[in-house]
Amino acid sequence: MAQSGIAAAAAAEIPEGGRHDLRHDLSPDAPEIENYSEGEGAFGYAHSYETGSRLDGPGIRVTLFLSGCPLRCQYCHNPDTWRLKDGMRIPLERVVTRLGHFAPALRSMQGGLTLSGGEPLVQPAFSRRIFAAAKSFGLHTALDTSGYLGDRATDEYLKSVDLVLLDIKSWDPDTYRRVTRQDVAPTLRFAERLAAMNKPVWVRYVLVPGLTDDPANVEGVAKFVAPMKNVEWVEVLPFHQLGAFKWKELGLDYPLVDTPPAPPELLARVHGQFRAAGCNVR
Amino acid sequence: MQSEQLTQAWRSFSGSDWQREINVRDFIVSNVTPYSGGPEFLAKATQRTLAVWDKLQPYFREEARKGVLDVDVATPSSLTSHGPGYIDRDNEVIVGLQTDQPFRRAIMPTGGWGMIESGLKAIGREPDPAVRETFTKYRKTHNAAVFDMYTPEIRNCRRSSIITGLPDAYGRGRIIGDYRRVALYGVDRLIEAKKAERTEIDARWPSEDVMRLREEMADQLRALADLKTMAATYGCDIGKPAANAREAVQWTYFGYLGAIKEMNGAAMSVGRISTFFDIYIERDLAEKTLTEAEAQELIDQLVIKLRIVRFMRTPEYDALFSGDPYWATECIGGMTLDGRTLVTRSSFRMLQTLANLGPAPEPNLTVLWSKNLPEPFKRHCLVSSANSSSLQYENDDLMLPQFGDDYGIACCVSGMRLGKQMQFFGARVNLAKCLLYAINGGRDEVSGLQVGPAFRPVSGDALDYEDVMAKFDDMMDWLARTYVHAMNCIHYAHDRYNYERLMMALHDRDILRTMAFGIAGLSVAADSLSAIKYAKVKPIRDDNGLVVDYETAGEFPVFGNNDPRVDDITADLVKRFMDKLRQHPTYRSAIHTQSVLTITSNVVYGKATGSTPDGRRKGEPFAPGANPMHGRDSHGWLASCLSVAHLPYQHAQDGISYTLSVVPAETRQGDTEAITRAISALDTYFGQGGFHMNLNVLSRETLLDAMENPDKYPQLTIRVSGYAVNFIRLTREQQLDVVNRTFFHGNI
Repeated sequence: MAQSGIAAAAAAEIPEGGRHDLRHDLSPDAPEIENYSEGEGAFGYAHSYETGSRLDGPGIRVTLFLSGCPLRCQYCHNPDTWRLKDGMRIPLERVVTRLGHFAPALRSMQGGLTLSGGEPLVQPAFSRRIFAAAKSFGLHTALDTSGYLGDRATDEYLKSVDLVLLDIKSWDPDTYRRVTRQDVAPTLRFAERLAAMNKPVWVRYVLVPGLTDDPANVEGVAKFVAPMKNVEWVEVLPFHQLGAFKWKELGLDYPLVDTPPAPPELLARVHGQFRAAGCNVR
Repeated sequence: MQSEQLTQAWRSFSGSDWQREINVRDFIVSNVTPYSGGPEFLAKATQRTLAVWDKLQPYFREEARKGVLDVDVATPSSLTSHGPGYIDRDNEVIVGLQTDQPFRRAIMPTGGWGMIESGLKAIGREPDPAVRETFTKYRKTHNAAVFDMYTPEIRNCRRSSIITGLPDAYGRGRIIGDYRRVALYGVDRLIEAKKAERTEIDARWPSEDVMRLREEMADQLRALADLKTMAATYGCDIGKPAANAREAVQWTYFGYLGAIKEMNGAAMSVGRISTFFDIYIERDLAEKTLTEAEAQELIDQLVIKLRIVRFMRTPEYDALFSGDPYWATECIGGMTLDGRTLVTRSSFRMLQTLANLGPAPEPNLTVLWSKNLPEPFKRHCLVSSANSSSLQYENDDLMLPQFGDDYGIACCVSGMRLGKQMQFFGARVNLAKCLLYAINGGRDEVSGLQVGPAFRPVSGDALDYEDVMAKFDDMMDWLARTYVHAMNCIHYAHDRYNYERLMMALHDRDILRTMAFGIAGLSVAADSLSAIKYAKVKPIRDDNGLVVDYETAGEFPVFGNNDPRVDDITADLVKRFMDKLRQHPTYRSAIHTQSVLTITSNVVYGKATGSTPDGRRKGEPFAPGANPMHGRDSHGWLASCLSVAHLPYQHAQDGISYTLSVVPAETRQGDTEAITRAISALDTYFGQGGFHMNLNVLSRETLLDAMENPDKYPQLTIRVSGYAVNFIRLTREQQLDVVNRTFFHGNI
């Protein structure tokens, strides 16, 4: 396993081999994702779905959480979606039928479908076909992604996606690696590609005290996205502890167990930084 | 003289039909000033209002501590039984109490003596011997008459809680007098019109129907005369029509006061009054005889009166309908048949009482929601909901074709044309228990008694869907027949011994009657059938061969997730039971209707019902009304709402109650945007066929804190099934039930 880079970044704070060392969870799973062949996408793996969200795109949404993710974010509030095959194996047809049950209501609320996860691009064929079905129902579609697998979203794929919720977790590559155990470069490359094709994007930035709140780091993201005309919003998501119980349930030690929620002053500062750079921030 | 008074009282009003005949609806649509602006114009409570409200606070505190404060045991209540009562005479702009003192309850024994006796016993009071003798020896009561007619089978059904909450021991309620008639026409004109209606039937052959009607109309006429006398003790001549806004509010309230002095009905709606008042207020404002503050004062002070209605009730009644509700339901909003809105400035004024006086369960404020309501009003309603959790919403677009544009809501969800329609209220049957009876061949799963017919019970070690469904269908046949039978007895007796002479005087002579049946435990029954159909359910029998428990293995879809596999079963149950009710003729040829509604009785029904195949344990509460079972609507509010919207209103025209609790919304997108989306959510829920929504915006933590520290939350109000309650006045059991319900996070 090519873990050395990741391990190096983490080693500074997390004792190797301790329960905080997420490599133990990463290693068995990563090959599963990397070699996973989903064929035509007639089946896929899903964790769950939620209806009625008004935060994951315009209007009111149905959000389908697909399983499988190449990142291991310290603040992940859905660690139960990391492993692809921990999800339910579900036929595309069933997803489409269920989506159809909600389509009239979603249309009436100018809403639609958001695919989240996990990382939907772990299953590009499956997720593409779900998006295509959603478009045929007349729904707005949103892809909630880290962008790490952005290369997998072909131009054809993106034709069925109306909005990308792009989670840029950090500008500074070292911090990004500390947060996610992966490289930031693919995400930035994806962001630039979306900008070039003028695909609407809401950039998300999870603000974790002591982890992603460094002013220079925020500044980097702000300056990167500010010129992008396709970025409609930058949404700063203040860190909360609502996901902690899932780590506990999974028997994982939560690295941020003692991290406080982002205080309002900090949130105001970060909002200010994005605003100063010329971003629409909220 | 008469016509001079009319000319003066009706100055500058338009329209003519309503002047020639009793027709409040025509008056409203001819004179209403629709308002499409926002709440900016609203005024705060006046000093006088606050003085009156302050005076009541010690009573509220004392009542929260002690329950019933005082009862007049010696004086059966009538329109004229008690002299005038005041809270703070100098500051009361609207006057009138049920007895001579606030919070002093009256007894109304014609409904039933047992209710009085056990109500008094519960608070350690003795009945007056002379009154007892009168109503046990000389004057038969409704309650006594019903039990003379009941069969052993009906008594068994009652005892086993398969049919419960029947209005056989107290006033049936759910009748709305058109109290506005008192203001618009004055009582003298109403008497004149009633006499003319009576004269028309003098020539009719005295069949039983005709004789009964004549007798009733004679009682109505006496009630109208007594109403005048009652108002005169407050120095008001309501023989003549109201000549200004204050009189319009006062006269209308006198009509309502008369009703609640004579009838301890389960639900005593006030109707649809704010937009009616608005016409008078607009005129006074134009004539510059009234200011906005004074207009608000009228509404605030009326609402104070509507918040202190009190009846004598029993502990058993309180267990079913907790928190002392009386459903003084007021309807706000809605549209006219010709597409104008009935939202007026006074619709806002009515909602403003929640801000001026704080949240409260009564009056039961009901927004008649149409997609066409003015947007600022929709917005203001949702802001009020977020601040008070005191509003319920009902689908005007669904009811308008049914009831026209001048209907009210009796109780929680029962639509009816005002002054033209009444219902014979009938509580509900326990559908989940009926399913268990089907499995056990009519034996009660708790007592083992043979309550239903001794049909063949389910045999074998696995429940088969087709087999259970066939047996359930047969058992529903029996239940529907027994239920209609009981209801006929009840309403025959009620008309005879506890007739609502004043409320019916404020109706037309010829009215539409519905007989309103109800079902409880719908989601339990549906989920149980789904378990039988999609999973494996093994019945567990006790030593007597009675199935008392179930082992359910495997996954099955549950109601509340917008999944047609189970939602279709649920909808089918509603229609199926309704069709069975329709087969049995009703007293006075009333039209059968049905509600899916429980109030807080879901707790009591659950307590009396054994374990069910869906995995619900014996004694666990049902979900309230048409709600999915707690925690099973696990995919968000939208899925939950759509499941409920799927229930067929055409087979449940007495209403389908749904309570939605959401925690206060995240505001990343800002409050304005959040409200916009909430509006589209309501538009969509109702557009998809949803009928009713109780909307709570509060967190579980707040409720838990209120359970521990009730003194911190004297006015914490929460919508339960079809009404709102003061949370701290619920029993602990019911508080826990509310706390355990599904709360959806930050999303509507």
